[in-house]
Amino acid sequence: MTILELKNASVSFGGVKAIENVSFSMEEGEVLSIVGPNGAGKTTLFNLISKIYDLDSGSIIFDDIELISTPPHEIAKLGIARTFQNTELFEHESVLNNLLIGSHVHAKTNLLHELFFLRKARDQELIFRKNAENIIDLLDLQSYRNTKIVSLPFGIRKLVEIGRALCLEPKLVLLDEPSSGLNPEETEDLVFQIEDIKEELAISILMIEHDMNLVSKASDRVIALADGKVLTIGKSQEVQEHPEVIKAYLG
Amino acid sequence: MSFLALEVLLELTQLLISGVSQGCVYGLIASGFVLIYKATEMVNFAQGDLMMFGAFLAYAFISIFNFPFALGLVAAVLAMAGIGALIERFAIRPMIGEPHFSVLMITIGLGFIFRALAGFIWGSEPKSLETPYAGKFFDFDGLIIGIENIVIVLGTLALCSALAFFFKTTSLGKAMQAASQNQLAAMYVGISVKKINSITWAIAAAISAVAGILIAPVSLIDPQIGFIGVKAFAAAIVGGFGSLPGAIIGGLIIGIGEQFAGLYLPPGFSEVTAYAILLTMLLIRPHGILTSVQIKKM
Amino acid sequence: MRFIRKTNYHQDIQIFKHDGQIFWYTCLMLILLSFPFFLSDFYLGELALIFIYAIAGIGLMLLTGYTGLVSLGHAAFLGIGAYTHSYFLGLGIPFVFSLSISVLFSSLIGTLLAIPALRVTGIYLAVATLAFSIIVEQILSHWVSVTGGYRGMLVPDPSIGNLSLKPNTTFYFVCLIFVSSSVLISLNILRSPLGRAMTAVRDSEISAQSMGINLARTKTIAFAISAGFTGLAGGLLAHKIGYLAPDSFNLLISIQLLLMVVVGGLGSLHGAIYGAIFIGFLPQALALLRDNLPEKFAQIPGLEPGIFGLILVAVLIYEPLGIYGRWLKIRSFFEEFPLYRRSTHKRQRNFLKTERLR
Repeated sequence: MTILELKNASVSFGGVKAIENVSFSMEEGEVLSIVGPNGAGKTTLFNLISKIYDLDSGSIIFDDIELISTPPHEIAKLGIARTFQNTELFEHESVLNNLLIGSHVHAKTNLLHELFFLRKARDQELIFRKNAENIIDLLDLQSYRNTKIVSLPFGIRKLVEIGRALCLEPKLVLLDEPSSGLNPEETEDLVFQIEDIKEELAISILMIEHDMNLVSKASDRVIALADGKVLTIGKSQEVQEHPEVIKAYLG
Repeated sequence: MSFLALEVLLELTQLLISGVSQGCVYGLIASGFVLIYKATEMVNFAQGDLMMFGAFLAYAFISIFNFPFALGLVAAVLAMAGIGALIERFAIRPMIGEPHFSVLMITIGLGFIFRALAGFIWGSEPKSLETPYAGKFFDFDGLIIGIENIVIVLGTLALCSALAFFFKTTSLGKAMQAASQNQLAAMYVGISVKKINSITWAIAAAISAVAGILIAPVSLIDPQIGFIGVKAFAAAIVGGFGSLPGAIIGGLIIGIGEQFAGLYLPPGFSEVTAYAILLTMLLIRPHGILTSVQIKKM
Repeated sequence: MRFIRKTNYHQDIQIFKHDGQIFWYTCLMLILLSFPFFLSDFYLGELALIFIYAIAGIGLMLLTGYTGLVSLGHAAFLGIGAYTHSYFLGLGIPFVFSLSISVLFSSLIGTLLAIPALRVTGIYLAVATLAFSIIVEQILSHWVSVTGGYRGMLVPDPSIGNLSLKPNTTFYFVCLIFVSSSVLISLNILRSPLGRAMTAVRDSEISAQSMGINLARTKTIAFAISAGFTGLAGGLLAHKIGYLAPDSFNLLISIQLLLMVVVGGLGSLHGAIYGAIFIGFLPQALALLRDNLPEKFAQIPGLEPGIFGLILVAVLIYEPLGIYGRWLKIRSFFEEFPLYRRSTHKRQRNFLKTERLR
């Protein structure tokens, strides 16, 4: 079943066409990687899907819902979570609190429950914490549970951000360069973690990645993007050997 | 034209003229805000108090130390430039890398300090700055234009053109613009950000001194006149923060609006005109009339 | 250093994290309850004032310290609370109802202020709130039929049934009850989804949004709650000052409130309380200072605000985390002695990244 579909998506900023007629679709349970040189429009594509930018034309359909008129904060409720290239964590909060934010979309308490911390709020907190602990176990973050983000190294921050996205229990997660800032060992671990996310949590993954090693090991299919246009879509090996892709990378 | 219509026209013109000259003063203080914001992305809430201090300095030089008028003005402006540089060195430079909010609070604190200082040196009695043109006016068939008002408008025009020239053509002006956009990058290409910052503060303080000197003959000087800085701030935002022409336009809108509200609306409205205009502006066009900046989405 | 071994999730959401905290806060409460038995009337009055400041401080802390929205106009909510409360008391409405009305009304105005405030951030917001407070001040001066205009308004004496709340001892207990419940409520907010949403908005709007947090809703609620607390403080303050005039709630008071949260330490409830204690004792300290200064210095008209300014600048430059931050450093010095390293608390600077696109 198709989970995400872009049809002729285009957006331009001040005359520069950042994304031009991009169309692709993604199956449920798939790991789809986006590769491409700097400035190809990869992150813009993510920002379009998470509705930080609005499309000029075309459409984005997620889980049979057209996203054009969806406000940005509703995207998470539909089941799309994301990470950011340079991490956008809540820096003055602990790792645990960051993960708990991920559960925000599942909050069913109203202001009254929260002001007086009524039973409903209490029970909900317990569920959220259990949920967060599961993710902490999955990503081996136990020793950082109560550390504030500001004092964490970049590699751990990337992991926390992935964890925060998973706490949302999404159907689709968008990972923006998960391996940047990681050392080779951590990148190696990432392959298994991505596999865990896909297999154990049954979450589809759309990721932007530069590390071709990680891309070929982790992803089912690869999209090559250059100058805001799709060059080719296919298996990792095919894409890497595609003449246009080689041209785009070497200029 | 009937006599009554003429009367009304006369009254309107009169209001317009006083509005324009008041607006120019707002605009000048606002351009001090904008200048510092453009160069350092910091907001100097003490701009109005610097204006007050500049006016007092001019008063001290001319009326107490008996400097000739022109020399007294120059001395006051230079002294304020020095004070501006000192502020930057001792209160603002330690704050590089801290949140903007902290810098804003610091400048609020500085404003209070300057007010207390002025009260301590010159007392809280209003003082008047003696000018060669005080009290003189042109009378065009009943339309009375004070020379002070003309001086304010001309002074504003001259200062604005000088600033525009400075930013467009001099390399220092360009370096200041570069530093404002990315301090780290500016440092890498060899621009001394510290030097730029202190020059910026010096210029902004000097501008506020000029504003103070221009306004002094129209309204008396006392430690509280710095509060018009808040209105000037509104002007800067209405005009589009970060745009020098915008600051002047915003100042004019508020200056003229205030005069008309004072005459045609019940008492109390004139005081809030500036803020009402500001809030309306934030509702319909949050980034001002002449928007030179777009806030990044990420 | 204390290590807490947690065995269930309940421990995470408790207000008191360990037995030590329970012990110390119980002691504090007992001391506060025993004050009326040996402190003089004057000091009880001063303490009640500190409690009132603390309530307002909590309100502003939730908005500025936790949601990251700076308000230069919080005195307006203090004023709205005070005037509403006195007006309804004057109409003969019982104390508790009148106070509730003033809290709700302040929240409502806070919600209205949030409408323009939502569209702007940072410095624009600060100025919008400033403009708002000046407009409120003008309304208070000119709406003579309700506020008495410049003549001011006499605050009716508070009472519940036949019990007069006016004596300093009784009023002390009233304020103690309100400040403790304010602390409890704000702790509840901070440990529930709303509190986390607020800090998320403060730290990164963009990722808060992509985590499903409705920015507009969160900010509006923050404004409403903050205004509500400040309105409550205003209602209580009215009895403390006894006579309301429009300029009792001017820019200087707003700055004083902001000074309170900054000096106390932004982003902590402790900070709000410490700040209130600081602001409460400042006038006494200044009076002492005036007595001991030579005549010429003591007569400076703007001395008090000037010293406020000086303190503000000094705190921001030398201890941006405020009293609470200093306390944390001292505590960790003793906990880790003799292994304490200065660099543990080294400030992290981030260089200016522009927020603008050209």
